[in-house]
Amino acid sequence: MSTQYKTHQEGAKQFNKNPDRVTWHDKALWFVREKRDKSAHSIPEWEELREIASQIKAHSLSNLNGYLMQFEEKAKANGVHVHWAKDAQEHNEIVHSILSKHEVKNVVKSKSMLTEECGLNPYLNDKGIEVVDTDLGERIVQLANEHPSHIVLPAIHKKKEEVGELFHKHLNTEKGASDPTYLTGAAREHLREKFLNADAAITGINFAIAETGGFVVCTNEGNVDMGANLAPVHIACMGIEKLIPKVEHLGVFLRLLARSATGQAITTYSSHFHKPADGKELHIVLVDNGRTEQLGREDFRKSLNCIRCGACMNTCPIYRRSGGHSYTYTIPGPIGAILSPGKDLKKHSSLPFASTLCGSCSDVCPVKIDIHTQLYKWRQLVMKETNYDKSKQIGMKFAGKAMGSPTLFNLIGKMGNIFLKGPRALIYNGLNAWGIDRELPVPTETFDDWYKQNGKKNEQ
Amino acid sequence: MKIGLFIPCYVNQFYPEVGKATLQLLQKYGEVGYPSGQTCCGQPMANAGCENEGVDALKVFYQQFKDFDYIVAPSASCILHIREHGGKLYKEMKPILHKVLDLTEFLFDVVKEDQLQASFPHKVAIHKSCHGLRGMRLGQCSERVTCDVSKQDELIKQVEGITLIQPQRADECCGFGGTFSVSQPDVSVRMGNDRINDYIQSGAEYITSGDMSCLMHLDGIIQRKKLNIKVIHLAEILAAQLSETPKQTEEHVNAV
Repeated sequence: MSTQYKTHQEGAKQFNKNPDRVTWHDKALWFVREKRDKSAHSIPEWEELREIASQIKAHSLSNLNGYLMQFEEKAKANGVHVHWAKDAQEHNEIVHSILSKHEVKNVVKSKSMLTEECGLNPYLNDKGIEVVDTDLGERIVQLANEHPSHIVLPAIHKKKEEVGELFHKHLNTEKGASDPTYLTGAAREHLREKFLNADAAITGINFAIAETGGFVVCTNEGNVDMGANLAPVHIACMGIEKLIPKVEHLGVFLRLLARSATGQAITTYSSHFHKPADGKELHIVLVDNGRTEQLGREDFRKSLNCIRCGACMNTCPIYRRSGGHSYTYTIPGPIGAILSPGKDLKKHSSLPFASTLCGSCSDVCPVKIDIHTQLYKWRQLVMKETNYDKSKQIGMKFAGKAMGSPTLFNLIGKMGNIFLKGPRALIYNGLNAWGIDRELPVPTETFDDWYKQNGKKNEQ
Repeated sequence: MKIGLFIPCYVNQFYPEVGKATLQLLQKYGEVGYPSGQTCCGQPMANAGCENEGVDALKVFYQQFKDFDYIVAPSASCILHIREHGGKLYKEMKPILHKVLDLTEFLFDVVKEDQLQASFPHKVAIHKSCHGLRGMRLGQCSERVTCDVSKQDELIKQVEGITLIQPQRADECCGFGGTFSVSQPDVSVRMGNDRINDYIQSGAEYITSGDMSCLMHLDGIIQRKKLNIKVIHLAEILAAQLSETPKQTEEHVNAV
């Protein structure tokens, strides 16, 4: 697997060593953001839709226990096997036990960030089971032995020439070929063979409906239908927060999801599943893996509204210029930066700081998650509860004291100005991160000094 | 009307002209006081994750400004911090929070200025600072399907001779972000570069903003790379002619 950076800063620095790639990555994602804007602005009631979606989510999360029970009851009545997993380990064991029972050797999987979160692929590979990701982007990163760098566009960090090389190596395409139609054709042929030989299909779930016990999976490639309809066993894995109360709520989310994700009016395939076909088995694994804990955190529970559209990544100027792999969590970008500290505050302590708090993520979010406000709140907890950036903590303590005392504050200001007028080498060196690529402002007379001399006169 | 002038710490230190322009603008509408014991809003500490270290700054702010009718600063960012977090961090602040305003809000919402006597015959792009735009809703954000009035545009349109330049990306962050600018210098500078290039390619001579912090960051890059574009605070443009013809100021004050 590709390198996992310790901090966002480390990954971002690495990504920025290639300015052309940054330009390309930024433009590719901005293109999607612009498509999203056009699409959202074509819906006059867009803000109303966001508000309704946010309220449905708040209601569902407040009554999650009841809705989960209702969902289980309905799904079971439909002939679906329902399983509960408290964490990633249990999830993987449950999936494996189902596969073992059916002596499954080959699995096709449609894109599911949950199975990525749980590390299902390496777990099953270790048990001798081949898992093939069937979403094109997911297949690309799988062949490259990397993680997805985006939740909707998993291989957005790869240029078509790089995909061409990868396919030449693994799928015997022509050397140097980079034509997207040609490469997609080759992938289609390769995946078709995998679909036809699969003993089981694993899929994610976009929305599960308590009222019916059914669920919906959205794809643009139809790979969910191919996998689930051909294989004798279908295992669908979902985080418990994916539940919505009724079928009538589905339309709100389907309208918001595709437009926010890619600017499409609707995803090409919104596949509805309710019961197993004759002679086949359908399993649903309901996974907690830290979600109820997040639900218990008042300041952060709204992060569970997320419908995984990726709009916050596309809009985030930091994400676009640091790449998904710079984040230290399965879900990158602004939403990942508020979900991850709840899983492991120490490990992901740099993520809430991977932002300028510009607020674009919150405004673009179709389910109104107050992302930048949560980033601010996580920052306070990181500094209180971890050893992250001790020198900054000491510096801020000192600055805080100075700002509480006008005399000390003025003195430091004057000393600073004297320092800034000093020799250039003393100011611009490795210790001054600002000065690597930027000039510092040149101090003149302070406003305070000017006012003491002239201000009163000016007051007329 | 007693107006308290809050000058952000770095503006005091590096950009006295912004303070002077703000003072001149405010003097048209009432008695302006500048308490010399003021320090900072405490935002640097708060955004760095040490919000409690900023409480002493808020206490100083409260003591210095509590008796004014309005407290105005040429900075959306500092004002937003006080309004969003001030009351939680220092409860005594709560009763005065509604009086704490950014210069744009004061001019547009409070005194409803519609006849600014200013002249600035240049091509100017407005850099919409994120805290002003998405924090205080001073204008329309490209993400939202709303019809928010762009208050800064409305004010600047009153300036004689000015040409407003529209960049490709109307409201992307400049990359300053307080301590972000030094904790992630690579991404921060890259973002700044991209903004500046956008403004240059759109044909702007000046980048203006209601927040000098964004401009300080952008200017740092402009100076280092010796680029052909200048930064200027919005207050300096809105007061452009006033400083040169004080007589006109007096006349205007009488008119008000």
